[in-house]
Amino acid sequence: MSDAPLLDVRGLGISFLIGGGSVHATQDVSFAVQPGERVGIVGESGCGKTITGLSLLGLLPAATTRVVGQAMFEGENLVGLPLSRMRHVRGRKISMIFQEPMSALDPVFTIGQQIGETIRTHFKVDKKQARERAIEALASVGIPSPARVHDSYPHQLSGGMRQRAMIAIALVCEPRLLIADEPTTALDVTIQAQIIDLLLDLSARQGTALLFITHDLGVIAETCTRMITMYAGQVVEDAPVDSALVRPRHPYTSGLLRSLPRLSARGAMLPSIAGRVPTLRDMPTGCRFAERCAHRQEACAAPQAIEQEGAHQVRCWRQGELVLPGALTDREAAA
Amino acid sequence: MLANAPRLRLVGRRLVQFVPVIVLATFVVFGLLKLVPGDLAATLAGEYATEERIAQIRQDYGLNDPFLVQYGRWLWNAVQLDLSRSFQSNEPVLDQILHRFPTTMLLVAGALLISLAVGVPLGILAATNAGSRLDVAVTSLSSFGVALPNFWLAMILVATFSLSWGWFPATGAVRFSADPQGAIWHAVLPSIALAAGGIAEVVRQLRSALIEILSSQYVRTLYAKGLSPSAILWKHGLKNVAVTLLTVIGLLASRLLGGAVVIEAVFAIPGMGSMVVRAAIVKDFPVVQGVVFTMVILVIAINLVIDLLYTIVDPRVALK
Repeated sequence: MSDAPLLDVRGLGISFLIGGGSVHATQDVSFAVQPGERVGIVGESGCGKTITGLSLLGLLPAATTRVVGQAMFEGENLVGLPLSRMRHVRGRKISMIFQEPMSALDPVFTIGQQIGETIRTHFKVDKKQARERAIEALASVGIPSPARVHDSYPHQLSGGMRQRAMIAIALVCEPRLLIADEPTTALDVTIQAQIIDLLLDLSARQGTALLFITHDLGVIAETCTRMITMYAGQVVEDAPVDSALVRPRHPYTSGLLRSLPRLSARGAMLPSIAGRVPTLRDMPTGCRFAERCAHRQEACAAPQAIEQEGAHQVRCWRQGELVLPGALTDREAAA
Repeated sequence: MLANAPRLRLVGRRLVQFVPVIVLATFVVFGLLKLVPGDLAATLAGEYATEERIAQIRQDYGLNDPFLVQYGRWLWNAVQLDLSRSFQSNEPVLDQILHRFPTTMLLVAGALLISLAVGVPLGILAATNAGSRLDVAVTSLSSFGVALPNFWLAMILVATFSLSWGWFPATGAVRFSADPQGAIWHAVLPSIALAAGGIAEVVRQLRSALIEILSSQYVRTLYAKGLSPSAILWKHGLKNVAVTLLTVIGLLASRLLGGAVVIEAVFAIPGMGSMVVRAAIVKDFPVVQGVVFTMVILVIAINLVIDLLYTIVDPRVALK
C-alpha cells in the first residue's frame, strides 16, 4: 500500500438532532482509500453507510445533523469544510452517484444541460466546448448516440441509460474519487452487470478511486479490492475482499456471506441472521451485534475497539479464537 | 417554437373537449334560471298588465315552447354570436358585455398581477427559510389572507385609503380606452381587495412546492456536482416550480373572475360582475345567460393557454 491515502477517515461520527436531543447514527468510523483503489462498504439498510458517503461531501442537512471526526482529502478536512471550498471538491475532486437515476436527475433539464453545467461550474469553457465535452463524456460511458441523448430529457431514457448519464455527469471532470451509493440496485440484473463493468473500466482508465456503497455482497466481490463491513453505525470489519469472502473474522460478515443465495442451492434452506439491528435510541454499550451473535460471551457486553488481525481489522471480543465460514462454496451448496 | 404540429393538435383536441363543457355549463344555468319562482312573462309585462298582454309576451319570447327547445334556440343563436337582447333595456346582450368586459378584465388582471408580484417573492422567501420565524410569519399571514372575506377587506380599504386619506377613488371606474391612467387609478383598491386571497394562495402553493423540490434527490445531485446554492434555487428550483405556478395561475384566474362579481358590487364598478348581479335580481335572464357564457369561454381559454405553457415548461407533458 502506498503511504499517502487519498481519503483518510478518522473517528467519523454522525448524529441526528431530534426534538432537542440527538442520537448517534454512526460512531468512530475510520477507513482509508488509496488512490485508484476500489473499496466497498457493505451492511444492512440503516447501518449508516449511505450517510457516511453523504457526509464526506457535506450533503447531510446541516440543520438536523452533526458530524464529528475528520476526513482528510488532499490535505483538507472535509468535515466542517466551508461551502466555498467544499464546492470545488464536489463534482470536481469527489463525485457521487445515487441509487435511483430517475429521481437523481432534474426532470426539466436535458441530460446535456446537466452535464454542461457541471463542466462550466468547474472549468472556464464556453457553451460550445462544454457541449463537445458533454457529448464526449456520454460516448465514453457507452451511450450509443451521444448527441441525441445530449438533447434528451431524463424521462426519455431507459433506467440503464439514465444511470450511464449519471455516471457521465459524475466523471466528466475526472474526479479522484467516485462515491457510488447503490448504483445498480434499481436496475435490471443484465443492466447491473453492464454498469458495474463500466464503472470498473472508467475507474481504471481515469485512475479514479471507487467507494462502493451497497448491501449487495455480489457487487462488492466483483468490483472491490477491499471490503468494509458496517453494522449499526460502526465499522466491524475492514479486510481485503478475497480474504474476507473466504475467511471473514467478524461473525456479522460471516452471517452476511452465508445468507447469499446460490442458484445451485435450490430447495435448500437459505441461512439468515436472526434478529434485527438495534434502534439508534437503545444501542447496546458493548458489542452491537452481540444480541444476534451465535458466538457471544459475557465479555461481549463491554465496548470493544477495532483491532488489527493480519490483513483484517476486526471489532470483536473473540477475534483470533473464532473460525468462521465464508461464502457458501458450490460443494457446500450441493450437499 | 409555439406553433409546431403537435401543439396545434393539442389545441384542436382541447377545443373539441371544451364543447361539452360549454354545453353543460350553459344548460345548467339555463335550467336554474327556469327554476326561479314567479312568472317571467308577468314580470316582463309589468304591473296591471292584462291577461292578453301576458299571453302575448309569453308568445313573443317563446316561453310557451318546451324547455329544451328554448335552450336549443338560445345555444344556436349563441354560437352565431347572437346572445339575444336584454329584457330590460332591449339592447343586444353581446354589446353590453363587450362594453363592460375591459373594466372587469383590468380588475382581474390587476389582481392576478398583484397576487404574483407579492406572492411569488414571499413564497420563495418562506421556502428558502423553511422553519424560521420569517417562514412562520409569512405562513400565518397567508392563512389569514385565505380566511379574510374580500368584501370586508374592500370596505376597510375604502374607509382607510379613500375616505380617510383620499388617496384613491372610493367607487366607480373609468374606461381604459378613454383614460388609461384614471382606469388604473380606479382599479387599484378593488384589485388589492380581490388579490388578498390570491396572494395567500400563491404563497402557500409555491412554498410547499419549492420546499419539496429543494429537498428532492435531484437537488442533492446538483449540490453533489458543486453548483452554488443560488444557481440551484434560481435556475433549477424556479424552472421546476413553474409547473406548480402555472396550475395556481389557472385556478386563480377562474377564482378572481368569480370574486370580481362581489368586488364590483362593493365598489360600484360597471363591469360584468355588477351587470350579472343586477340582471339576476330583475330576472333579465338573457343577460345572466350571456355573462355566464362569456365567463365559461374565458375560463376555458385561460386553461388552454395554461395547457400550452405546460408543454413549454415541463418536457414530460406529452405532445402526442
